Amino acid sequence: MPEDEPAVRVRDVRLSYGDTVAVDGVDLTLAAGESIALMGPSGSGKSSLLHCLAGVLLPDSGEVSVLGRRLADSSEAQRSAFRLARMGMVFQFGNLIPELTLLENVMLPVQLLGSRAREAATRAHEVLEALETDHVSHRRAGAVSGGQAQRAAVARALVHRPSVVFADEPTGALDSVNADRVLDAMLALTADLGSVVLIVTHENRVAAHCERLLTMQDGRLAVSPVP
Amino acid sequence: MSTSTTLLALLEAEPAHGYTLKHRYDERFGYARPLAFGQVYAALSSFERKGLAEVDGVESAGGPQRRRYRITPAGTTVVESWIAQSEPATSYSASTLFAKVSIALISGRPAAEVLATQRVTHLGRMRDLTKERRRAAAAELLAITFELNHLDADLKWIDEAGRRLDEVGREVARA
Repeated sequence: MPEDEPAVRVRDVRLSYGDTVAVDGVDLTLAAGESIALMGPSGSGKSSLLHCLAGVLLPDSGEVSVLGRRLADSSEAQRSAFRLARMGMVFQFGNLIPELTLLENVMLPVQLLGSRAREAATRAHEVLEALETDHVSHRRAGAVSGGQAQRAAVARALVHRPSVVFADEPTGALDSVNADRVLDAMLALTADLGSVVLIVTHENRVAAHCERLLTMQDGRLAVSPVP
Repeated sequence: MSTSTTLLALLEAEPAHGYTLKHRYDERFGYARPLAFGQVYAALSSFERKGLAEVDGVESAGGPQRRRYRITPAGTTVVESWIAQSEPATSYSASTLFAKVSIALISGRPAAEVLATQRVTHLGRMRDLTKERRRAAAAELLAITFELNHLDADLKWIDEAGRRLDEVGREVARA
């Protein structure tokens, strides 16, 4: 990817579900290393846009490029492999595998990318440590608190040092004290990695952690001055 | 809340005597504490002195003389810039903001822009506080999170007001 190429480039993206227009002509560029909050009321198209950026959904028209690669040029399997290697995803309810320990959950992406167990464990411990969760890494995901599980989910999203991180309401299930801690840790780690982070949220306190704010309304990005 | 600018803005809608202006104000903003007549007359004198309003006519229908005031172009400029400028993002700016939104609706100015501009100022302040919070000591932390939570409450109101603007605008137009 050329140095001046943005990490994510979106051109006139449109996506509908039947007659319902979810994303209605969005243009957007995200630079490497920046943190962006994407806000907007329920049904404004935030999550649909996020899914287009991550290549989970292909838009009906328009173009999404991530790290210089046009997502529409790849097959679903190729996009999935690209996501695993270069992106980190965080969801509201962690989506950890409850039967596995936190450590095993966090090791998974690194192992899927071909690392040996020992190497994966070392890296997983490092990230869990940074997220203040290594002391419970031996416990099953189904048996830890919501805050600990969410920290582990963030660790799993960052363990393979992704260049692009997408988070959909990453602290939606946490109280504000835990939410602040998880976001502080997540953004400190991504800043070290130089990754771009896009956080979809309806919470102002979460948005206040980010450098840039985007607001969606009726499938479009609202033109708002940058605070 | 900037009471005198709100009074000036109400004068913009149509010329009024002090008495009428007080009641116009109380109807919209005096739910907690109606204005004292003295405050209204003091504001009108000040407007006249500063050239923001002028006497439109004097009536004395069997009683004491009553001066009717109308806003001047300089007064309109003051109202314009007051509405357009966001309030400092303190936790107590919501009532002034409420006045600005109401006045914008009454006067046909873009109320959604008033809310959007304020939203940016509030979020900017929340971002600064969030940075401060990361290196704050415990006692400071309580003060910072107090302000963060109040700003968050203001913002929730701003968002809700935004969703209700059409409805409120229709009601204001009927009034």
